[in-house]
Amino acid sequence: MHDAFRKAGIIIIIAGLGLFTASLWMSHFTLQEKSLEEGLNNEYHYRMTAPFLVSMQGKTFSNSFAFNRALHKALEQGQEAINNDLRENRGLGPSDSEYWSLTLQDYAIQSVKLPVTRASVGGFLPQNAGFVGLSVLLLLLAGSLLYFYPDLKRIPGIANNGTFKSGWQNRGWPGILLGGYLTAFYIALYFFPEHLTGWIMLVDPLSHYLNGNPASQWFMYGLLYTLVIAVMGVRMLLRYRHNAYQLWRTLSVMFFQTCFAFLLPQLLAALNRPAPDLKNIWPLDYSFFFDYRIDEMISSGTFGFFLLFWGIALMLIGVPVFTYFFGKRWYCSWVCGCGGLAETLGDPFRQLSDKSLGAWRIERWLIHLVLVFAVVMTIAVLYAYLPTEGPGLTGRRFFVLSSLLLLIAIGLIWFYNQKAGAGLPVRTVQIGTVVALFVIGIGGWRLISGESYLYFLDHYRLRSWYGFLVGSVFAGVVGTGFYPLMGNRVWCRFGCPLAAYLGLVQRIRSRFRITTNGGQCISCGNCSAYCEMGIDVRAYAQKGQDILRSSCVGCGICAAVCPRGVLKLENGSADISERATALRAIHISETEVRLLD
Amino acid sequence: MRIIIIGNGISGATAARFIRKWSDHSITMISAESDYFFSRTALMYVYMGDLRLKDTRPYPPEFWKKNNIQLIKARVTGFDKDTKTVALDTGQQLSYDKLIIATGSTPRFFGWPGQELEGVRGLYSLQDLEYIEKYSKDLKRAVVVGGGLIGIELAEMLHSRGIPLTFLVREKHYWDNILPPEESAMVTRHILDNGIDLRLDTALQSIIDNGTGRVEAVQTDKGEQIKCGFVGITTGVQPNIDWIRNSELECEHGILVDDQLQTNLPDVYAIGDCAQLRQAQPGRKAIEAVWYTGRMMGETLAFTICKKPKAYRPGIWFNSAKFFHLEYQVYGSVPASLPTDQDTLYWEHPDGKKSLRINFYRSSQVVSGFQAMGIRLRHEVCEKWLKNEALLEEVLPNLALANFDPEFYRRHEKDIVKLFNQRFGKNIRLQPRRNILNKVYQFLKS
Ligand SMILES: Cc1cc2nc3c(=O)[nH]c(=O)nc-3n(C[C@H](O)[C@H](O)[C@H](O)COP(=O)(O)OP(=O)(O)OC[C@H]3O[C@@H](n4cnc5c(N)ncnc54)[C@H](O)[C@@H]3O)c2cc1C
Ligand code: SF4
Ligand code: SF4
Repeated sequence: MHDAFRKAGIIIIIAGLGLFTASLWMSHFTLQEKSLEEGLNNEYHYRMTAPFLVSMQGKTFSNSFAFNRALHKALEQGQEAINNDLRENRGLGPSDSEYWSLTLQDYAIQSVKLPVTRASVGGFLPQNAGFVGLSVLLLLLAGSLLYFYPDLKRIPGIANNGTFKSGWQNRGWPGILLGGYLTAFYIALYFFPEHLTGWIMLVDPLSHYLNGNPASQWFMYGLLYTLVIAVMGVRMLLRYRHNAYQLWRTLSVMFFQTCFAFLLPQLLAALNRPAPDLKNIWPLDYSFFFDYRIDEMISSGTFGFFLLFWGIALMLIGVPVFTYFFGKRWYCSWVCGCGGLAETLGDPFRQLSDKSLGAWRIERWLIHLVLVFAVVMTIAVLYAYLPTEGPGLTGRRFFVLSSLLLLIAIGLIWFYNQKAGAGLPVRTVQIGTVVALFVIGIGGWRLISGESYLYFLDHYRLRSWYGFLVGSVFAGVVGTGFYPLMGNRVWCRFGCPLAAYLGLVQRIRSRFRITTNGGQCISCGNCSAYCEMGIDVRAYAQKGQDILRSSCVGCGICAAVCPRGVLKLENGSADISERATALRAIHISETEVRLLD
Repeated sequence: MRIIIIGNGISGATAARFIRKWSDHSITMISAESDYFFSRTALMYVYMGDLRLKDTRPYPPEFWKKNNIQLIKARVTGFDKDTKTVALDTGQQLSYDKLIIATGSTPRFFGWPGQELEGVRGLYSLQDLEYIEKYSKDLKRAVVVGGGLIGIELAEMLHSRGIPLTFLVREKHYWDNILPPEESAMVTRHILDNGIDLRLDTALQSIIDNGTGRVEAVQTDKGEQIKCGFVGITTGVQPNIDWIRNSELECEHGILVDDQLQTNLPDVYAIGDCAQLRQAQPGRKAIEAVWYTGRMMGETLAFTICKKPKAYRPGIWFNSAKFFHLEYQVYGSVPASLPTDQDTLYWEHPDGKKSLRINFYRSSQVVSGFQAMGIRLRHEVCEKWLKNEALLEEVLPNLALANFDPEFYRRHEKDIVKLFNQRFGKNIRLQPRRNILNKVYQFLKS
């Protein structure tokens, strides 16, 4: 009976996804040259490209792939013609800087495709976007609710039966298929959004309604993201309705995604204000200090200054203070959007995280390297942005200030780590210190020698590499696309620089820990298996040691699935310097052993 | 020194770990069951698909190599105390300086007619699990016989696969030889809520052959025949000592050991489920077949072998279990029927799904046991109260110290204290709960 609901649900969900996917093929495309002219926004480029558009004229392409292939070819031919023209008539080549300002660059070709594709659309979908969009929405909603319904009927409690026998939850072919679909989606979203024109059109009506503008791919993504968190959040709520901690934190991520990440920015955009996601914190929000964002904030008066102040305060005060009181979970499991997706859409895949010591080693290196990358990139970008002289904040002064901040951070780590019995190994802190000193040293040396690029590379290149590698590939394609393959927190565990920062505070100075309940552990392994961060919780619990790991996002699932009531997430300052030193399941007390040694 | 450990369960593995921690003796651990130590208590989760077998291994395979603990997969057929050797079923002989027997238990069968039929099996080992897995295929109905902690796990396992099952339990209420009536009734309700065909006060009489040596049905003492394709026998376990019966090792129900876990033979020790204490601590049993005692024995014996002789003192009894979704924890002594010199404070939530019981001595008001259903208690706090012989009136105001439920859970201390005040005409007030963890630490360190 319950299986029937599940089956019906799956069929309807697949139908909905099928229609959704098919909607990408429900339009045809006829080149609207005017949109290219506007898109290129460069009379010379357009004039040189126009002759190659002839073959497209009046022709109707049945899908965006064929259309964009033709468009791309035309643009490349135009580019070649421009380059020839520049060489022959003006004597300019790639070694001249003027050449670069005149030529049609690759990124311009890439970014003109989406607007041209959108403008050239025709056929079934443009007339029926609202209908198709609503149908997809209803199918997916109805399918999901049907699928979740049996959860409502069962006796409340942990329901992990069959997880490791399920194809989609344990890397069987449905899981691999789903992973492929998600990965393809992210690749398209970040690198080939022109092929998502159909989906952008589906949400166009809503975008017009909310902020008066046509939808961008980011509006489409944001809406999808919010809906997914809402729907899969309902799943969490049903699944863990016996567990108040899970209920509140799921409601919290649903709230922050809907209101802070989605609605508030729409409202601000409608009011023509800068519209950031107010809960997004540098360095997760890696573009916070980019020139265009700062310019935008500064140019929008008091509100803009508030945003600037808010962002800096969150990063410098909010993170350490909240993390001191509650652990990094206040952000990662209660507020963050990436965390929100991981805890809802990603929940069925949490058991896939790698628990090996090798994975832990990779994690420690990788995540802290990303943090260093983010710091270096931001310093370089801001240094280049700030004026070289003047009464206010100059590049130099800024560099001195950030070096000071880094030194203070390192100093605090040394100071507290010495006091904290269960702190970081000295070696780790030494490595961190050396790296920080390198960052300061190299930057300082280049600054004194009057170089314009603090860290060798052009800061534009630095930030576009960061955006590509970390922002798009890591956070999106791998971070979410690989949910069904590597678990739901790949990004949070291996890549998120904010998680690295929060984790440092959690580890060094926080009231948070997971307490182990004396000797009650039966080493069953449920906690470790369902820890999304790949923490071998059992390794601590069976010794009776409290769990104090910088990566722990405090999702509370280990405590929820433990069949013997062994784990509890809690905060307390009384033992802050000796959290996790005691071993509670040791029968013969350590002192007894030491006396005899 | 060469140390041989027979059995790689929690007792053997813990002994090995601590011997390694405290010495560099040569350690060999032999098991006929599995390549690596796994958590027997998690067998049900493997069947239900919550875990894979490898997830139940408390230490990764490399652990044993890294710690230079040699593992052998073979059955020990016997040992010779004079030549100090053990014999393996592979024909190999290994010599030892110290021998640790940690062979655990086997399911106990009561000699029912037909108990040897195909399709009848207990649940204890990995092989049992494989057997049950095999017989679960196309199974129309199963019968589980015996309502203890393993019986309910087997029932939950089969139920998770949607296999119809009948659960025969001899007692009038579930596990009422261990649980007081209220808790027993709660567990019974919960089993029924889960849709299990529970037959209380019903015993197995015989198992009927289908003519080919396979089970066809069971016959109960109520005269009923229940057709089934599998019979799970979970009527308790007994020490696994058959392989050793004929040796000079002194055994009764289990291998008899003294305070220091030594058998009657020199350099031969027994720990865990298979050991029977000649002299149990007051209020404790001579054989306690649970995970925790095995772990404590392993550690104590390692200490005796590596450091200096140490008596096994398990301290205050504790245990926990889960009946489907109902969690159970006990600290100290909470027997099924209340001793006359004791009284009990029993609080139950109106929904009948949570309860807390505190036993105490009538005359002195000293607490003697805590038992919770659907509520988690903090081990160390309960233990300290029991150890310190705290009075009920000291415990109640500080009840929040003992709560171990996740954050945001509804707390019931107020209701419990109210119940006490009503019953005894007292006016005890709860201490505020703010900053509770700090208070817990203050209490534990005081
Ligand atoms: C399904 C189930 C659930 C349980 N749940 C709980 C629980 O929740 N809480 C709790 O406290 N306890 C529980 N128990 C009991 C607990 O598992 C046992 O008390 C504990 O495992 C005993 O450990 P041990 O090391 O003494 O023996 P075992 O774990 O039985 O290990 C003995 C090993 O020795 C091997 N062996 C035996 N004879 C030989 C031989 N001749 N040669 C070679 N190898 C041999 C056996 O094959 C076995 O691998 C449960 C038991 C079962 C079966
Ligand atoms: S240790 Fe527990 S709370 Fe922390 S991330 Fe893992 S499962 Fe979540
Ligand atoms: S802490 Fe709980 S879930 Fe983890 S191994 Fe121990 S008993 Fe199992």
